[in-house]
Amino acid sequence: MNQDTISPRSAQWREELRRSITAKQRGEIARVAMPELPADFRVTTLSEEVNMGLSSEQAVLEARRCLDCPDPQCVTGCPVGINIPGFIKNIERQNFTDALAVLKETSALPAVCGRVCPQEKQCESKCIYNKMKKPAVAIGYLERFAADNADAPVPAKAPRLGIKVAVAGSGPAGLSFAGDMIKRGFDVTVFEALHEIGGVLKYGIPEFRLPNSVVEKEIDALRDLGVEFHKNTIIGKTLSYDDLIAEGFKAIFVASGAGLPRFMGIPGENYINVVSSNEYLTRVNLMHAGSDEYATPVHRGKRVAVIGGGNTAMDSCRTARRMGADKVMVVYRRSEAEMPARIEEVKHAREEGVEFLTLHNPVEYLADERGHVRAMRLQRMELGEPDASGRRSPVPVEGAIEEVEVDMVIVSVGVSPNPLIPSAIPDLETTRRGTVAVNDETLRSSIPTIYAGGDIVRGGATVILAMGDGRKAAAAMAKALLD
Amino acid sequence: MYKITAKEHFSDAVVKLTVEAPLIAKSRRPGHFVIVIDSKHGERIPLTIADADPAAGTITLVVQGVGESTRAICAMEPGQSLTDVVGPLGRATTIRNGGTVVCCGGGVGVAPLLPIIKAMKAAGCRVVSVLAARTRDLIILEEEVRAHSDEVIIMTDDGSYGQKGLVTAGVEQVLQREPVDEVVTIGPAVMMKFVAALTRKYNVPTVASLNTIMVDGTGMCGACRVSVGGKMRFVCIDGPEFDAHQVDFDEMIMRLRP
Repeated sequence: MNQDTISPRSAQWREELRRSITAKQRGEIARVAMPELPADFRVTTLSEEVNMGLSSEQAVLEARRCLDCPDPQCVTGCPVGINIPGFIKNIERQNFTDALAVLKETSALPAVCGRVCPQEKQCESKCIYNKMKKPAVAIGYLERFAADNADAPVPAKAPRLGIKVAVAGSGPAGLSFAGDMIKRGFDVTVFEALHEIGGVLKYGIPEFRLPNSVVEKEIDALRDLGVEFHKNTIIGKTLSYDDLIAEGFKAIFVASGAGLPRFMGIPGENYINVVSSNEYLTRVNLMHAGSDEYATPVHRGKRVAVIGGGNTAMDSCRTARRMGADKVMVVYRRSEAEMPARIEEVKHAREEGVEFLTLHNPVEYLADERGHVRAMRLQRMELGEPDASGRRSPVPVEGAIEEVEVDMVIVSVGVSPNPLIPSAIPDLETTRRGTVAVNDETLRSSIPTIYAGGDIVRGGATVILAMGDGRKAAAAMAKALLD
Repeated sequence: MYKITAKEHFSDAVVKLTVEAPLIAKSRRPGHFVIVIDSKHGERIPLTIADADPAAGTITLVVQGVGESTRAICAMEPGQSLTDVVGPLGRATTIRNGGTVVCCGGGVGVAPLLPIIKAMKAAGCRVVSVLAARTRDLIILEEEVRAHSDEVIIMTDDGSYGQKGLVTAGVEQVLQREPVDEVVTIGPAVMMKFVAALTRKYNVPTVASLNTIMVDGTGMCGACRVSVGGKMRFVCIDGPEFDAHQVDFDEMIMRLRP
């Protein structure tokens, strides 16, 4: 995927760097630990980032651990195919600008990916050190370091092709696509439904994990390259597909993201202060309900249950602690081993005083006379046989039901694709799950001028997979438009 | 930014604003709504579109100052701008081709009812409009409604104008005297609940336009969820109009309470 790079392995400086110390010496360096804010301070602030980032010394030392393998497997674990040893070796030689330039060759959002990618399941899981029973190179920390500590080099502008393409949605898939297409010389316009650019990076992921300023910086970089952004514009509503074609757009990338929150369909789920994680996080992150200066209200629960075990559940429980909850409980029906959230998020949540009620499943919510939730009834579970996902499936322990007092419940059990665009373009084929049906290779939909990627196709995945889709769609669309 | 080009006071708490929003003016249909943010630190609030002028590129919003944000919007003057307006959102009203339709609106609910009245009339329906309010001063858009209705019945709680009584009394008069094919009701949730209860008795299909709490308004937050026929539905995406006989109004009213 990554053929053109300013820092190939054969570069003389890399050869010299490889020879400068032995692999054995490199392997003897201990993996860096990410400096973190103390947990008791963290819970008092919504906006201070928990992970503080590496110092230059730490980053250079960590970069030295990388063996610069002849056949680097880490790259195969990256959905956007970053030249990982290339950027790391630039950090080792303290050329941070080139390190960022290498990252920007394939990723429009390195400062974002360095923070929110599940590296332990991707690039770092393929690191040669794993085979040597040593901790992987901290690729994610290094990526973030380069993105935060270098000025974005302005890539040479490609000759303009005079071909207009549109993007519906300004989340990770849309931004990644926009970055690739503008670099290829297309005129790119991104339409966003909300009043802020960034999609889930703004409304979903809290600032203590991904500061808005970091997202803004990446968006500004795209703007500098010539990408146009229009907020408050919904494709299929404000502008129809036909309007876009009439405006001269030759193709559209639909990256409208996840939509409707899922609920469990249990009694009492519509009581007051039972909310989706989407609602809770949107109020706090996008609308700044935690700040007195902003008009949007949010309930500040004191005893909060978060239902679910994914990253969104972790974002919700940690936000609830910061919003003043005394007791926050994550209720998850399987055991901790099956929890889909990143290990780091679970660790951070636990440090911040979040309790984990694993092997519990809510079966009903109870309310006071005004309809405000006051308790949940939990069914104890145990692990049975593995299910289709390979995880041992939870089965109820008969008769083991307990009642736990709560004054707020945040339901975080997944989302369905956003129905706005599929319902506005009747000819657009969708799957049984309501996602846009696309060709796996090209991400082209049933309408030849419409491509789609990210959660509108995947139903609910990660930032980096969405970005990978953006790249893939850009490559396929560019080819189709230029052939 | 979305400039306010004209303002008219309907009453102390209710204003009509004409707002520049050319794309929405062009694409909106009866039944649609918008999400509005008044200022940089404002909240997203749903407002139904009362009218639009595609040539002028404007939409008309009727706003009742009930909370902090709506009061701030009511205080805005022509020349000032709303920070954000997005839409048109929701599903458009299904307009009948012919038959008799009773359109009943309470309070500011008359504003979103007006485009439906117009469209039903234009499509050849016999339109009987029932407008209701607490008192005479709160009856809005009467002239416009008259211009597009075959008959208008006015109901006030205090009898200061039209007949004294609730909106249901006005609707029932029509149901008792002639066959009605459909009732459309927009207003406070309690009012719609009683209209639905009445028309169920007469077995007349009834559509209610729901005004729930929303955050994004684009199918993301789920704050607007309602139970319709025992199923969870989202007002912003599946609505705002639903079969009034299937809506769990008691639950909706509970969820609207602060």
